Amino acid sequence: MIIQDRMTVVGQRQIAKDIFEMKLTGKLVGEIDSPGQFVHIRVSDSFEPLLRRPISIASINSDCNEMTIIYRAEGRGTSLLSLKRAGDEVDVLGPLGNGFPVDETATGDTAILIGGGIGVPPLYELSKQLTAKGVKCVHVLGFQTADASFYEDAFSQLGETYIATVDGTQGTAGFVTDVMKNFDEEFSTYYSCGPMPMLNAVQSAYEGKKGFLSFEQRMGCGIGACFACVCQTTDKTDKPYIKVCSDGPVFPAGVVSI
Amino acid sequence: MNRLSIELPGLQLKNPIMPASGCFGFGKEYGNLYDLSQLGAIMIKATTLETRFGNPTPRVAETAAGMLNAIGLQNPGLQGVMDNELPWLEQFDVPIIANVAGTETADYVEVAQKISSAPNVKALELNISCPNVKCGGITFGTDPQQAHDLTAAVKKVSQVPVYVKLSPNVTNIKEIANAVETAGADGITMINTLVGMRLDQKTGRPIIANVTGGLSGPAVKPVAIRMVYEVSQVVNIPIIGMGGVANAEDVIDFLSAGASAVAVGTANFVDPFVCPNIIKELPAKLDALQIDHISELIGRSHP
Repeated sequence: MIIQDRMTVVGQRQIAKDIFEMKLTGKLVGEIDSPGQFVHIRVSDSFEPLLRRPISIASINSDCNEMTIIYRAEGRGTSLLSLKRAGDEVDVLGPLGNGFPVDETATGDTAILIGGGIGVPPLYELSKQLTAKGVKCVHVLGFQTADASFYEDAFSQLGETYIATVDGTQGTAGFVTDVMKNFDEEFSTYYSCGPMPMLNAVQSAYEGKKGFLSFEQRMGCGIGACFACVCQTTDKTDKPYIKVCSDGPVFPAGVVSI
Repeated sequence: MNRLSIELPGLQLKNPIMPASGCFGFGKEYGNLYDLSQLGAIMIKATTLETRFGNPTPRVAETAAGMLNAIGLQNPGLQGVMDNELPWLEQFDVPIIANVAGTETADYVEVAQKISSAPNVKALELNISCPNVKCGGITFGTDPQQAHDLTAAVKKVSQVPVYVKLSPNVTNIKEIANAVETAGADGITMINTLVGMRLDQKTGRPIIANVTGGLSGPAVKPVAIRMVYEVSQVVNIPIIGMGGVANAEDVIDFLSAGASAVAVGTANFVDPFVCPNIIKELPAKLDALQIDHISELIGRSHP
């Protein structure tokens, strides 16, 4: 169920250039039902900036009602959020949307998780849940440059992890697809989150494979009422359009027209 | 005594608070969060004769204390609204105001005629002010003669009172208000959004795919208050005021300016519980002003 919660900041730290990791605690955590869901955060109690910021959930710790979000502080809203300190309260609406289906990969099978930039965080909770049920996870993570990369160690503890950077300062030089093409491991499912061109490239490279993509779009309400984040669909579905916030953000490969 | 009740043509309002059209869908999303029967009324998303997909994305851009939108009247069309959306809303004890949009008089008339026959539709809101569609919409709302003629045509077929939603994108809004009143409008809703733009810093190009969008949010409230103040003094039909309403103080301002009820738009995106929260806060605000009934606030600002 979607709730509005005044969550308490447990801690915040910068983990890469402009990238912040914030831990929050509150009863909202008990409502999260799948990796890849997101929260809508009001960064200020005034009307400036006005709208909430949609931010994906990177991991949850149900035992202490805690969740971790990772975001890039680049605009007015996320910059204000990056100033929050332990003990501060934040108005959080969520959990929103439908996350990645963990049950689409059978125990013992292999899944490939492909993330780009600020699309990497939700894959972390996904990988935790997949590996916990006995799925072998292989991670391919793309970043602009070494300074902007994060969580390589965390992902490495869960499974094989390959990094690509556009400028070649870490891992393979190029894009995630440059890692993927040298890769001949059998896998049953792929999961991906990142910018639209990356999702497009991943979907084309794995044409015919079972996959799930998480999309990003400018949002208003975050709950499906304002019709700001709609995308056209392909003929693989009978829906004329989808709303990224409430129908997604995760869709099976091939459903959203990209 | 219900200190918040307001009676308007076609509408017995428990309180003068209602979500504005386009900011509340057809209620389902907010119905998952709270009991919609608390609301004074619901202004549902604009309905056109045929299904509309709307504009390309990006459709929204944030601005200082406001936002631009160019959704483009996306809706499932008259039949979809009649078959799926309105029946679902019947479970709630709340009057529905159906926002009617179109591209030419004939389709406004057809939508108005049919949608006004739904049992829970107690009034129409004639949308002659959407700035985000190429045909119809705002073109009817910026010319007094066209506004008059369309209002008269819809009045002829509607089974419920007709409120006309005015555009602020005009030189003299009083002239349009007078024209729709003469044509038989039962009330006025105002204001729709102000046409605006926001540019991308890096590319210099407009952020919204439609180039322009409608500005809403707290930033537009002073414009809306001024227009409600002006129009309420030249017409004898009630006004439902809107434009940047985000809390109980804003409601008091709109009523004081001359509105008889108030719609809440963009604030629903900021706080989905804003309408019930305002309704809860209003009695204490009346106490502070030493006012028994909320209707005593209406038009306090007038000379």
